[in-house]
Amino acid sequence: MSNLISLQNDSPSVVQDEWTWVKLPEVQVEARKQAGKVVLFKLTGENSVSASQIADTVIPASGKIILPLRVFIERHSEIANRVAQSEVGVWLATHESLDDLLKNQNDINEFPIVAIFVERFADGRIFSLGNLLRSRYGFKNELRAFGDVLRDQLFFLKRSGFNSFAVRADRSAKDAIAGLHDFSRPYQGAVDDARPAFNRYHRGT
Amino acid sequence: MYKYDEIDQQIVDERVAQYRDQVRRYLAGELTEDEFRPLRLQNGLYIQRHAPMLRIAIPYGLLSAKQLHKLADVAKKYDRGYGHFTTRQNIQLNWPKLENTPDILAELATVEMHAIQTSGNCIRNITTDQFAGIAPDEIVDPRAIAEIIRQWSTFHPEFALLPRKFKIAVSGTQHDRAAVQIHDIGMEFYVDTNNQIAIKVWVGGGLGRTPILGVVVREHLEWQHALTYCEAIIRVYNLHGRRDNAYKARIKILVKALGIEEFRKQIEAEWSHLKDSPNTITTTEMARVAKHFEAMPYENLPAHDASFDAAIASNPVFKAWVKRCVHAHKIPGYRAVTLSLKPHGQPPGDITSEQMHTVADLASEYSFGELRASHEQNLILADVKLSDLLTVWEKARADGLATPNIGLLTDIICCPGGDFCSLANAKSIPIAQAIQTKFDDLDYLHDIGDIELNISGCMNACGHHHVGHIGILGVDKDGSEWYQVTIGGKQGNDASIGTVIGPSFSAEEMPDVVQKIIEVYLKERNADELFIDTARRIGVAPFKAHVYAKEGVGA
Ligand code: SF4
Repeated sequence: MSNLISLQNDSPSVVQDEWTWVKLPEVQVEARKQAGKVVLFKLTGENSVSASQIADTVIPASGKIILPLRVFIERHSEIANRVAQSEVGVWLATHESLDDLLKNQNDINEFPIVAIFVERFADGRIFSLGNLLRSRYGFKNELRAFGDVLRDQLFFLKRSGFNSFAVRADRSAKDAIAGLHDFSRPYQGAVDDARPAFNRYHRGT
Repeated sequence: MYKYDEIDQQIVDERVAQYRDQVRRYLAGELTEDEFRPLRLQNGLYIQRHAPMLRIAIPYGLLSAKQLHKLADVAKKYDRGYGHFTTRQNIQLNWPKLENTPDILAELATVEMHAIQTSGNCIRNITTDQFAGIAPDEIVDPRAIAEIIRQWSTFHPEFALLPRKFKIAVSGTQHDRAAVQIHDIGMEFYVDTNNQIAIKVWVGGGLGRTPILGVVVREHLEWQHALTYCEAIIRVYNLHGRRDNAYKARIKILVKALGIEEFRKQIEAEWSHLKDSPNTITTTEMARVAKHFEAMPYENLPAHDASFDAAIASNPVFKAWVKRCVHAHKIPGYRAVTLSLKPHGQPPGDITSEQMHTVADLASEYSFGELRASHEQNLILADVKLSDLLTVWEKARADGLATPNIGLLTDIICCPGGDFCSLANAKSIPIAQAIQTKFDDLDYLHDIGDIELNISGCMNACGHHHVGHIGILGVDKDGSEWYQVTIGGKQGNDASIGTVIGPSFSAEEMPDVVQKIIEVYLKERNADELFIDTARRIGVAPFKAHVYAKEGVGA
């Protein structure tokens, strides 16, 4: 059973994934500590991908692939023609910078998909990234959240411009769908509807 | 006050349903502890030492009599018959059962109340001046904008999981009573040279482990842009706040690290994209919300009332109460009344269900059915006729709500501390009680005059100890409870952070330590000089010398 929810015209369904998520090779990193506690979140802008990880990433020779942003940038020559054929998307993690993406790709709408990886569901940077991609940079295609994606954040993800949700593997995507409609008439304007309630409805004068 | 329309009601009702299902999934093992934690916190539910604690929102401190009656009933039915008013104008129940919390919230929803975002890493309850709308020094009534910010911040999708909690205060008076400088964002409303309502925006204030006063990020912002400007600030914070270390995760650390110039540059750059976007407040929306805060149907009254004057002349106890608990009002013949939740020897801010009913009845009968909670943890009847004051006093007094100590040493701001809070280093309530008991002589208290004593049970500073004229902080030393004392903190326009006077004290020593601090003040003060002014003039050294002086050495 697929764990991917696709949202079309506010109507969600569980669909098969036609994309292959290209992972970075795993490396051993020592747990860092701050104030006696293990650091759970990477700092925005911190460089977390090594040159050897980039070099060692296995890029499937065919099919639709979602590449790590750093791999897309550093090994661009290998996949340039596939980008033109709409076979390449990119993913970045919540601590990575959209500037890097935009600097290295003139038209982000050449990507059929951009995915944001959220390592921990409590990392709300994903909402700002989605919002910026949609409202500032005009990304129109599939925007996917993957990683620690859980039902109780789906409503916020949807409102932040995401239209595809790869629910964490141990949870049911079918159950999670309910979370997309927790609230019927939210107050503030957001990506899915820019108008705040006071412009969306007649609230009296 | 603001009345829900069907959109507001639907959001609160849907929240109850959502939360009920979250609790169900948690109890069924479908949500882990870690997954449930942010969900319950954003609904005000803590897991405390003895039981859960539920914090219920009182937006900008405004309550109706009907709501207070409901709170009284809920506290009776689901808890131990009392509640605790907090320093953020909210109310907490200390003993609810987790399984009952969805029902509690369903009951509260029937009176337009909720617990949304009263905790967790999100935008918290908007706070303001408890005298909003009636204060003689008010320039702009901040309640309409506070309500608009409340709605905008409720389930704001982009800011649902911030690096840390985020607190916004609004104020529209000459004398700041909303503590805008110790908030993540403080909005100070004024009328600009074009006679338009404008906002001075403070950012990066906060207490906690690293107390910092806010700085002005923008001197002039037209009110229409209040929401989009907040969006710019919070977006920069959401993306760049320190998520790696909870102690460095507040916006104040980011502002400090970047420096206000660079921070301002980033905010302005962000805002250039957001300015005039659809969340810009329209005149229609402002007018719609402002209608809910129109002036009460006041009677045309003379500025003086003979019966009141006579009561003052003949009744010194009433007179003492009026002096401390009755405040100026911008309408002639009316006064605001503070009902003290600080009777000596009781946990500050606590109120029983019976007292809640009494206060609600007083509000219905004498103050247009509304009341306010202050961040000093008292309740306010904002619109009482001079001629009714004596009756109000008698009724309040009969129920222990008329201790004439507002603004005095025993009007202590105090967090729940180690008796309830699982984060505490030390108990705070017994310290407050011991000080109140030691200073039980009202004449002496009146002689000491205006002074603010604030107690927090740990670094999180819920009791605002840094800005107390005298601040007391519970610290842990090798597993036992100690108290660190600061002097010279202050809230308001000329806010300051107190200075630690030296090594900490045991609980038993604390009443005497306060006594000695007061002795220094009484000795050093110039005529009519308030404690804080003396402390600022002479610095901490004389206090330190007296408090730490070895007694009987070499006797
Ligand atoms: S200051 Fe500390 S002890 Fe007091 S309520 Fe806050 S977290 Fe708990």
